[in-house]
Order: sequence, then C-alpha cells, then structure tokens
Amino acid sequence: MVLRPEGMYCPAGDFYIDPWRGVDRAVLTHGHADHARPGSALYHAAESGLGLLRHRLGADAHIVTHAYSAPVGFGDARVSLHSAGHILGSSQVRIEVDGEVWVVTGDYKRDADPSCAPFEVVPCDTLITEATFALPCYRWPPMAAVVDEMLEWWDRCAREKLPAVLFCYALGKAQRVLAELAQRVERTVYLHGAMTPLVQRYRDAKMPMLPTEPVSESKRARDFAGELILAPPSAAGSPWMRRFNSASTAFASGWMQIRGNRRRRGYDRGFVVSDHSDWPGLIRTIDECGARRVLATHGNTDALVRYLNERGIAAAALKTEFGGDDA
Amino acid sequence: MKAFAALYARLDQSTATGDKVSAMVEYFGSAPPGDAAWAVHWLTGGRVKRLVRSTDLRRWLIEASTLPEWLIDDTYAHVGDLAETITLLTQHDPAAPPQDTSLAGFIATELLPLAKLTPEAQGAVVRRWWQSFSDRERFVVNKLLTGGLRVGVSRLLVVQALAKLSGQPSDLIAHRLSGDFQPTFQAFAQLIAPGDVAMDADKPYPFFLASPLEQAPESLGAASDWLAEWKWDGIRAQLIVRGGVRLWSRGEERLDGRFPEIERAAAALPDGCVLDGEILGWIGAAPLPFSRLQKRIGRLKPGAKTLADCPVVFMAYDLIEYQRADLRQRPLRERRQLLDSLVDASTLRLSEPVPNDGWATLEAARNGARERGVEGLILKRWDSAYATGRRRGDWWKWKIAPLTIDAVLIYAQAGHGRRSNLYTDYTFALWHGDELVPVAKAYSGLNDEEIAKLDRWIRAHTLERFGPVRSVEAFHVFELAFEGVNRSTRHKSGIAVRFPRILRWRTDKPFREADRLETLAKLAQ
Repeated sequence: MVLRPEGMYCPAGDFYIDPWRGVDRAVLTHGHADHARPGSALYHAAESGLGLLRHRLGADAHIVTHAYSAPVGFGDARVSLHSAGHILGSSQVRIEVDGEVWVVTGDYKRDADPSCAPFEVVPCDTLITEATFALPCYRWPPMAAVVDEMLEWWDRCAREKLPAVLFCYALGKAQRVLAELAQRVERTVYLHGAMTPLVQRYRDAKMPMLPTEPVSESKRARDFAGELILAPPSAAGSPWMRRFNSASTAFASGWMQIRGNRRRRGYDRGFVVSDHSDWPGLIRTIDECGARRVLATHGNTDALVRYLNERGIAAAALKTEFGGDDA
Repeated sequence: MKAFAALYARLDQSTATGDKVSAMVEYFGSAPPGDAAWAVHWLTGGRVKRLVRSTDLRRWLIEASTLPEWLIDDTYAHVGDLAETITLLTQHDPAAPPQDTSLAGFIATELLPLAKLTPEAQGAVVRRWWQSFSDRERFVVNKLLTGGLRVGVSRLLVVQALAKLSGQPSDLIAHRLSGDFQPTFQAFAQLIAPGDVAMDADKPYPFFLASPLEQAPESLGAASDWLAEWKWDGIRAQLIVRGGVRLWSRGEERLDGRFPEIERAAAALPDGCVLDGEILGWIGAAPLPFSRLQKRIGRLKPGAKTLADCPVVFMAYDLIEYQRADLRQRPLRERRQLLDSLVDASTLRLSEPVPNDGWATLEAARNGARERGVEGLILKRWDSAYATGRRRGDWWKWKIAPLTIDAVLIYAQAGHGRRSNLYTDYTFALWHGDELVPVAKAYSGLNDEEIAKLDRWIRAHTLERFGPVRSVEAFHVFELAFEGVNRSTRHKSGIAVRFPRILRWRTDKPFREADRLETLAKLAQ
C-alpha cells in the first residue's frame, strides 16, 4: 500500500481503500462519512453494509458487494473483506500479493455488539491499524455496567419527570445503544430526525432494537418527561432542544472516559461507549494477527508507534485524512 | 468510603447547583458525623499535609501498570489529572480483600498513618488500595492522596447545604466554618447545632468582598452616600485581638508570626476587637509594589534583612468586633468612627477616605490611581452592614482600566481539569531586536469556541515538543491585559507582569507588528 493524494492505494491491485477523492475503483471499509465519500466510479464493499452505503452514496452509485471472507482478484492482488465489528457492514481489507499479506483494519472494535458482526482476527505480515484511542487510559468498562448506568440515569429522569436526552453519533452508536437496551427493557425511544433513516437501515438488516418513534411525529405540546431521546451531538444547544424543557443530557462516546472531556462539554452524564478499539484491544489484535510490521493511522499514533517499536515490532505512522470525532 | 465516593460521583456528574446541594444535604444527613466532618473538610478545599512524594507515586504506578514511564507521562499529559490517570491505569482486582471502612476510619487508620512509613512500605499500602477499591472509590482515594478533591463545589454551596440541613442561617454556618475547621465529629455537631455556640477565640469572621463595578457610578445614587477608599494592592487580612493577637488572610490562612511588626502594634489595641484591613509593604508615604511583599509571604520567621527590605503596615478598613461585641450589623459609618479612634498613622493606620465631592472628583481620583500604586477605588455605602462573602449592592471595587500589550503566542501546554487535553496554557512573547522574548503566561480570556480553534491550530503548527510543552510557529497575536509591571531578576525578559490575561485575539494584527519589550519595560516601576 502507498499513500497518494487520493488516498491509500494498492499498486498491485490498482484500487484505493476509503479514498478521500473520486477514483476509478474504491474498496470501502464502512459507511461513516470520512471513509465512504462520493465521487468514485466503482465501489466494492461488504454485503451487509449495502443499505448504509446506498444511503450515503446515493441510489446511482455503482456498488459491488461481497460476502465476508470471499476472495476476489484485482490484478495481482487477492482481496477479501473481513468483519471489523465497528458498525453494520464494516470490514477489514485483506490483500495478498505473492504470498505476502497486508490487512487494513479500517475502524474496528473487539467488544461484543448486538448490532453488527464480531471482529475477526486476520493473520497478516503488515497491519495498517486505526489508533483513535491508542493510549492506555482507554480501557473500556464492560458494556453491561455501562448499560446499568444508562438505565439508572433513565430511571432517575423518570422519577424527576425530566426528558433524558442521550447524544450519540447517528450511525453505529445510536443503533448499538438501541440494541443493547433491547436486551434489558421494552420501551419506545424517541429519535432525532437525522437518526431515523439510519435506524431503518439497521431494521432492514434485521438487527433487534428497541421500538422507536421520530420526535417530529409527536404533537408539539407533547411532554417528554421520563422518555429517552436519542440525538446527534450537533443537536446539543440547537433550537431543536427547546422541546425538552430542563432535560437531563448525556453523551455516549469513548471520549467520556476522561472526566475533563465530559465536564468541558457540559453534559450531565457521560457514558463510555465506543465503536473503536481500546488500548488493550489494539495491542491484543496486533499480537494475535502476528504482524511483523504495523502502520498506524488517525488518532494517537505517536504513542502506539513508539510502544510497538520498543516491543520489537517495526511500526510507523501513516498520515491519512480519516478521523474526526466519530468515536 | 462507598457513600462518600457516591457523593463525589453525584457532585461530579451534576451541572445544576440545586442538585449538588440536595446531594450534600442527603449525605450530611445520613453519614456518621465523623465522616460528615471529613466531607466538609475536603469539599471546602481542605487538604492534609503531603503524605507521599509524587515521584514515589509515579514509580509505584510504573510498577503496577507495567507500562513504560514515557507512556505514563504521555497519558498523564492527555488526561490532565494525576489521580484520574492513576485510576485509569490501575485495575480493581475482584480477588483482593474488599475495603469496607468508613471515610473517617479510612483516613484515621490508613491514610494519615502513611506519613510515618518508609517509601517502600507506603508503596505496598497504596498498591494494595489500587487493587482493593472499585473505580469510583479508587479515584477518590487517589484524589485524597494527591492533595484535594476539587469537584466544582464552592464553599458557599457547602454552607448552603449545611444551612438547609440544620435550619440555621447560612451566615452563621459560614462564620462557624471560617478559620481552622478541625474535621472531628464534635466540630461537625457544633457546625450544625442550633442557637449560640461558643466559638474559638481565634476564629475569624467571613470576609465581606466587594463586587466589580460594571455600570456607571452615577447609577449608585448620590456620591455622598458612599465612602470611597483606595483599592490597596496587598494581602487582605483580619486582625484579631482576643487575649492574644491573630492574623488571618482572606484565604483563611493563618499569618501568625509572618508580620511581627503588625502583631507588636496590635498588642496596644483594646482586648476583644477585630479589624479588617490590608497588609501592605510601605516605605515613607507610599506602598511598595506587591512583588516586594510577595517575597515576605512565604517567610514564616522573617529575618532582619527581610524586615528592612519590606517593612509592612496594616491599612485598616473596618472594625467588625469591638469590646467583644459583633458589630457587623451596625452601619459602616458607626464602625468607621470607632475604628478611627483605635488606629494612628504608624503601623496600624486608617485607610483614609478619598475626598468625595461627587462622582466627578472620584473619577478624577481614580484616574490617578496607578501613580499612587493602587488599583482604583473601593466604594462602600455608608449605612452598609458587614455582610458575608461577595454580596452585590453595598460594596464595589471600581478598578482602573488595565495596562495592555499585543504579544505573540510562542508556547502552549495542555490544561488541567475541564481543560485537560486541550492546549489552554499559553506563553506570550514580545519583540526584542529580532527575537521573541517570553513575557507572560495566561490561562484565561478566550471563550470555548476560540479555545477549540486555537487548540486545533496549535496541534497543526507545532515546531517542537518539550515534554508537555509545545513551541508553535509565531503567528497569532493576542492583546493581553495586566495590572502592573515590575522589574524582575527571575524572568528572562527582566520584567514581571501581574495578573496577565487575554483580552482579545488580534486576528487583524500580523505577528511582526506585535509590541516590543522596550514598550513594556517603560511601564515598569
């Protein structure tokens, strides 16, 4: 793999992975906006992510889908997609050329998630890994404990007759929260308009989630006291929030692991829920895939690179245009 | 310990003061009085003497986490709080014997005795805590170990909670809490007891603080209703003469022994009186710059040279107790009359009224404040009581406009607390020849949006990293405000500025056109 102005490029197979400009052939790891950008002539992606990519790239985009693990030949390269456990239809890309194997993880996580397929360890020689949370302070608490906290907060809001507004990213996080909660309670959750179509794609893929209703379909004067409302972080402080008088607010994100982040953003509660790998997950994955060489993209690459080099694994940073706050 | 950790978590999670007060009322009402006493101590910013060295703490963390030292440093720089970093890098071991002591019990039998142990023995104890406490409790324990709590609860909120719990007036609670509060169950019982409780002879009154005057002075009504005094730039203090002499700073720290001149002079005062005033360095007819006085603050027993370099006076503002009677509800006019009869023009002197023939004369006087070495005027309503804390309405500080200078951002460091992992601690420089010489550090003055924008710029334009500090390209210019300028041998620039803060981001000004060091030097006294 080499870096070109358009993105990460594989010369042997003549394709790009998640290019940030339009190219002839793009392989997409998942449907987040910084990875799936419009403008390319042809896209290859995992079958289960098709609905989301259609939503992102439009009905006219030329998308060819593949089952996980099914190899396809691009020039001299044998390419296959493997589940990354990040969001619905997320993939790692395995590339084999002359017996040498590279894997690009895209964004991934190791923790169980009822809204997508689990991560698969893919043995390789070179691993190109994400590094969003590559510091040892990022060690995710067990999801069950986080769900306990969420339910406790929701109950408290119900007792105090306050709307409970949970901010989370509209793609992946929201659906994971709905799927986790579905294992524990049976109540309707209200959605911000930006989330409705994305939740529908997950329902189309038969992901079990709590019943939902768009906020916009409720009457103007409806009282949301005691109800849980999911909204993207961009809705915080917007006029849309006026409907939820004196709401208690929370944010579900890996960044909530750090107290200062939560206090700075002024949310009442922070729940540590991430669709990315934590530090132990990154190290474990590198160990398990047996890579001799690691390239780290977006995030705390410096710390990861130095740590791996000290442990005898050749590592370097790869400067990409991924990332942003979708954590 | 569990209940206190839960209280801490609730206070930390809440952004509404009403919630915080009710959380404290619940805790104080249900906790054993010994625990409640310690909770009051910590929540009002109380500390204990340092128990372990931070280098030892770091060493134990390296051992316990098995991470390389540099990675722990990087993580600390990212998290911005040592206690939190430790909590995140250590893990509760479910197999370890659980800790189930009360807060007071833990402090008395485990925390405080640490001070008597060797570092090795301390390490064994602390590492055992890291294993046996759950995340929430471990965080609180680490906070206690590294100094104090700081949970976004003001002293005032604690006072409100105690007042609500006890049904006593909050001014009374504030008074009982002032000075040395010993975290014992007896002290807690006295804090919330009904009616009159005998107070210690050395207990200060809560200070009454003036609020900044932001409107035109004419809005305060007739100037003749107001006493105008200079706003002296020293150490606000309370001088207590009850049996012996005590001196308290506004931060409610005891200053006994540090200013023997004042204590000697106070011995001549009648027994049973309390004066509010300002400690000032003073030679001849004028105050010394605050920087001279600053050198004395740390000296527990000043020597002859210190005493000669910076002789001090107590500039008396008010008389809050006389003949053992609390005068705080008497009008200021009356209190000042009595005060006038107690002090002379020597070490204990009266803060003389500034001649007041109407707002225009006061305005003119205020404009000459800097030449006098004062910060402006204080306005006090002649019929005002001596209230508690910063209560708006009767006392105002009417400060002169600050000095300003346009300086270039050259270094940045990540902040702490709610600014952790954001570059918010800035160093600014002025031109000296072709060189940019650092002159001031500032932490405040930008809004959240500007901070975020500047943080992104800093990350993208870093030249070099020195540990947690980044040097950045000279590009951005900021207008800095400060209260005074002094010559200094401790600063590379030869100049020290007082209370620097950012006034605004000069996006309109190229960095080549920032001010020169000579301009600042001219302002130095």
